Amino acid sequence: MALLECQHVTKRFGGLVAVNQVDLQVEPLSIHSVIGPNGAGKTTLFNLITGFYRVDEGSILFEGEPIHWLSPTHIARKGIARTYQNIRLFGDISVLENVLIGMHTHLRSWVFEPILGIRHFLDEERQAYKRAMELLEYMGIGEWAFFKAKNLPYGQQRRLEIARALALEPKLLLLDEPTAGMNPKETEETMALIKRLRDDFNITILLIEHDMRVVMNISDIVTVLDYGEKISEGTPEQVRSDPRVIEAYLGRGAATAMAMATSSTAQGD
Amino acid sequence: MWERLRYRLRYVSGTDVALWIVAALLLVMITVGSYNSLTSGRYTGKQWFDFIISGLAQGSIYALIALGYTMVYGILFMINFAHGEVFMSGPFTAYFLAEVLEQRGLFETNPWLALGLVMLLSMAVSTVVAVSLERIAYRPLRGAPRLVPLITAIGASFFLQYTFRGLYTPGFKAYPEVQPLKGTWTLFGLEIQRMLIAVFVSSLLLLLLLYAFVQFTKVGRAIRAVAEDQQAAALMGVDVDRTISITFAVGGAAAGAAGVFYALMFRQVNFFMGFFPGLKAFTAAVLGGIGNLPGAMLGGLFLGVFESLGPSLFLEGLGVPAAYQLKDAIAFTMLVLFLIFRPTGILGERLAKRA
Amino acid sequence: MKTQLRLMFRAGLIGGLIALHLTLVGMVEALNKREIIEDIITLGQLLLMGVGLGTAVYALGKLPRERRTQREGWWVALGAVSVVALILGLLALAIKPLNLRFMFQNASPALVRILTFDTPGVLGLVKLWAFLLFSGALALVYLYIPQPWDRTLSYAVGITLLMGILRALVAPLLPDIISDFLFTPSGLTQIGAVILVVLWVLFLHYWPDFKARLETWQKEAQTPQGAPIRRRLNIAFLVAILVLLLLPAILRDKGSYLFEVLDMVGIYIIMGLGLNIVVGFAGLLDLGYVAFFAIGAYTMAVLTTPELPFVRQYIPPMNFWEALPIALLLSLVSGILLGVPVLKTRGDYLAIITLGFGEIIRLLVISDLLKPILGGAQGITGVARPTFGSFVVNESWEYFYIILVTIGIGIFISTRLRDSRLGRAWKAIREDEDVAVAMGIDHVSAKLTAFATGALLAGMAGALFSSRLYSIAPHSFNVLISINVLCLLIVGGMGSLPGVVVGALALVGLPELLREFAEFRLLVYGAALVIMMLYKPEGLWPEKARVSRVAREVFGDRLKTLKVE
Repeated sequence: MALLECQHVTKRFGGLVAVNQVDLQVEPLSIHSVIGPNGAGKTTLFNLITGFYRVDEGSILFEGEPIHWLSPTHIARKGIARTYQNIRLFGDISVLENVLIGMHTHLRSWVFEPILGIRHFLDEERQAYKRAMELLEYMGIGEWAFFKAKNLPYGQQRRLEIARALALEPKLLLLDEPTAGMNPKETEETMALIKRLRDDFNITILLIEHDMRVVMNISDIVTVLDYGEKISEGTPEQVRSDPRVIEAYLGRGAATAMAMATSSTAQGD
Repeated sequence: MWERLRYRLRYVSGTDVALWIVAALLLVMITVGSYNSLTSGRYTGKQWFDFIISGLAQGSIYALIALGYTMVYGILFMINFAHGEVFMSGPFTAYFLAEVLEQRGLFETNPWLALGLVMLLSMAVSTVVAVSLERIAYRPLRGAPRLVPLITAIGASFFLQYTFRGLYTPGFKAYPEVQPLKGTWTLFGLEIQRMLIAVFVSSLLLLLLLYAFVQFTKVGRAIRAVAEDQQAAALMGVDVDRTISITFAVGGAAAGAAGVFYALMFRQVNFFMGFFPGLKAFTAAVLGGIGNLPGAMLGGLFLGVFESLGPSLFLEGLGVPAAYQLKDAIAFTMLVLFLIFRPTGILGERLAKRA
Repeated sequence: MKTQLRLMFRAGLIGGLIALHLTLVGMVEALNKREIIEDIITLGQLLLMGVGLGTAVYALGKLPRERRTQREGWWVALGAVSVVALILGLLALAIKPLNLRFMFQNASPALVRILTFDTPGVLGLVKLWAFLLFSGALALVYLYIPQPWDRTLSYAVGITLLMGILRALVAPLLPDIISDFLFTPSGLTQIGAVILVVLWVLFLHYWPDFKARLETWQKEAQTPQGAPIRRRLNIAFLVAILVLLLLPAILRDKGSYLFEVLDMVGIYIIMGLGLNIVVGFAGLLDLGYVAFFAIGAYTMAVLTTPELPFVRQYIPPMNFWEALPIALLLSLVSGILLGVPVLKTRGDYLAIITLGFGEIIRLLVISDLLKPILGGAQGITGVARPTFGSFVVNESWEYFYIILVTIGIGIFISTRLRDSRLGRAWKAIREDEDVAVAMGIDHVSAKLTAFATGALLAGMAGALFSSRLYSIAPHSFNVLISINVLCLLIVGGMGSLPGVVVGALALVGLPELLREFAEFRLLVYGAALVIMMLYKPEGLWPEKARVSRVAREVFGDRLKTLKVE
């Protein structure tokens, strides 16, 4: 059974159909990439899966249960965590606290436990701090733990965002253009990291990329979106040789192709 | 069946249900109250008509002020909380001119000229206050987090209030009376106070004029372009800073004019006179869909009438003693309800870019 | 040359406009009644001096550092100040012939006398010019004083003047003989001023040495051999706290006014702590915060007063301790009830909705509709006072202890929640609500808890307020209270607990001690909000990225290997 299953998912903004009848099956423990040119509806799809947009038609199943009617909070609690294309950290608080916030759903205390200083609460907090630090160290940013998140260097911010998502202990991790704004070397490193994540944490990864060369090495399955529609799906080799994909990427003239190659930082979708 | 219902209701939360129950209760109260009032025959048809006319006059003033809120919000996505003080500054300053003209007898010999001069000064002062407010307090904060300009505007609001209090005394000042606007006219067999009609008609004309300015002139086009997309407008050669200043100026001028109408209707000015009309005009802007000019006008008129009818219509019908005391509460309740249930207003927000 | 001229006029015009504003608003005249140093300078003159000094500093600040002490610096600074003098001089000349008083209530002959130092004719204007030149020259003199002394001297002068201004606070703390010698009824004596400056210079000069020694002590105390030092430090700490705690009782006769002020400051601190949770932690700008204060105050009043026959038919008057839990409960519940509708809105709309709620509640209170229950526009008198057995808390210094305890509880709750799961959820919502929700945070309950906790503290403040004043009236609960509290948060620094205390002392305490100033309080608050937002949005005492107690405990020595900001 697929871990995540989108069935005929459609989303409209006024007259524009951002996501059109998309079917998607994400197998457990796979690295599944969604690629497509700018404006193909990739981020919209993420927002539909995480419950930020309402699904107009179709349904989304997670572990066989429909989740498209749940609120984002409850979807997160089911075990879906995400990162954002234009990094969204909690800027004014410390790096460690950012990760602790990621652990929110696994902690229990509320108003009275901390005020009364109940032992159970203190133990839980100590455990959480230790785990948060472990995660930071795993991502190689442990030494920054008490910096304000907004003061981190760019690359470290990306890592922190992933650490925060991992703190949720998700079954499915959605990464939205994790290599945006990185140079080829950093991109390489990040790809290796993503592969390691799957193996070390036993999670499934659904990845958005906009440059298809990046994901070819690490993806098990690649889905290609264009103008909100799924135009191709398969192993990287199958997709690479699909004429419709080549048309979507290259058929619009050299200028677009150039722009795609160079402006991976541009905000899309 | 249950599945389908659950699917339909998937985005309805407990708080939504609670809020709709509150709203439904309020609607029932309004209906019952209105029914009681109308059947009890406490007021005659003539009285209801008077309520509506004075509501319209008051509402057209709200609409003029609301213009400033709505235009600024359209461009900068900020609530210019100090706009009520822009509204106050004009007529409060122009009072002194009016006083001089009254002493010299110009209000007797040539009331229209006198009124025109007072109006001109009031509009000029409000415009200057609005533009300098933008230049000094708001411009350096463009691009700051949303709450920062709002807090600045709140600070500016109190600063202006108490500046004018310090300058011109904390007391009330009485505006001179304009002879031709005293008494009543008879229209279609109904007696109507001249002042109300004059205020209503001239506000409406001014509103149309300003609307035409925004819709049909080159400057107006620039304003709309900046509201649509600041960066794109800048790339197209629009001077964004200047356009924003002009927006504030137009809003200020409208508020200055509204201030004189207000002063003529209620015959007094005071440093605090801007606060409640300002809030209500903001309500009007929200009612009409903030960022939407015709909406602000309709919103103003609607709020004016609703507020004028409200106390007698449904509060007295519910047996509330001294219902006129709660006139302001009605306006604020409208504000709160609209912001909660339909923040896009009746006509819908023209600029649906709210984060 | 041209740029310098432009700079000179720019600085002069800004300074001149500020000076015009201050004089015409009436601040100079009102403050002129306070002599800060006997027969030498009044507070009004000090204000003008500040404008002159500020103008010169602004002009000099725009020059490159090395050119400030050259002739150019002198010309620009003194020229700018002269422009200010020119503007004020023109005002003084214009007041009478143009009959400015017709329009500007403060453009009075008294103002002319202040501006011209009681000297008619040209000589008066010259005096004004000389006065402003002198204040501008102070900025230049500062540049010539050698390194450590420039700060020391200016701080000493500043603190001395502040002591003169805050005479009402300082004088009662000193024994009569000393305070009579140093202070006049309105400010400092001349000898007193000189002595204080000298003392402060000495103190500030030796302060770094003293501090260094304290720090070495502290370090020694950390070592295993430092047990005796540690014990001594602890004892000193305890003694200091004891003295502070006993101070009200010692000073109660002399400082009754002082304690009235401190009570007010304390009540504002409690409210500030509550609003800090709502605005500072959770980022929900609540402009109707006064509503909860009012609910606390009115519940206490309605339940305990012997008046209000309509209510007394059903409930006999309670005592303070019976009414307090009900007041707290009601404000808590109302916090949740008013919180529910605003859950879905964010940012600026939330601010306006809460403002609307606050106003609706105020209008309902003054209306005849609820008069039988809430006393209408006249309010309620005869609110109960707290009792301990047969002892009735009556005096303001006695109340101060209760308020102090409440502040302690407030700070305790705030710190405990700040570093908990709930506090982190609040901060996440403040920073980015969408992401917070995507992290599985239930924003509904987090926001409601913030509203409820904030309302609880405001209700407590309200209950104490009404009991302390013995009577309440609806006009004490207008939107200005919300603005006051917001303002003290912003000046102190949002989210920062010491900031709340500092903000309340500065914004509530200072104006109370400076009665002449009371009229201009909101003017200054408004200006403070704008200036803080423009130049220092993080506040005077901002919150740093802290290492929480648990972190220190868990990571211990490892903290030292981490990077620090």
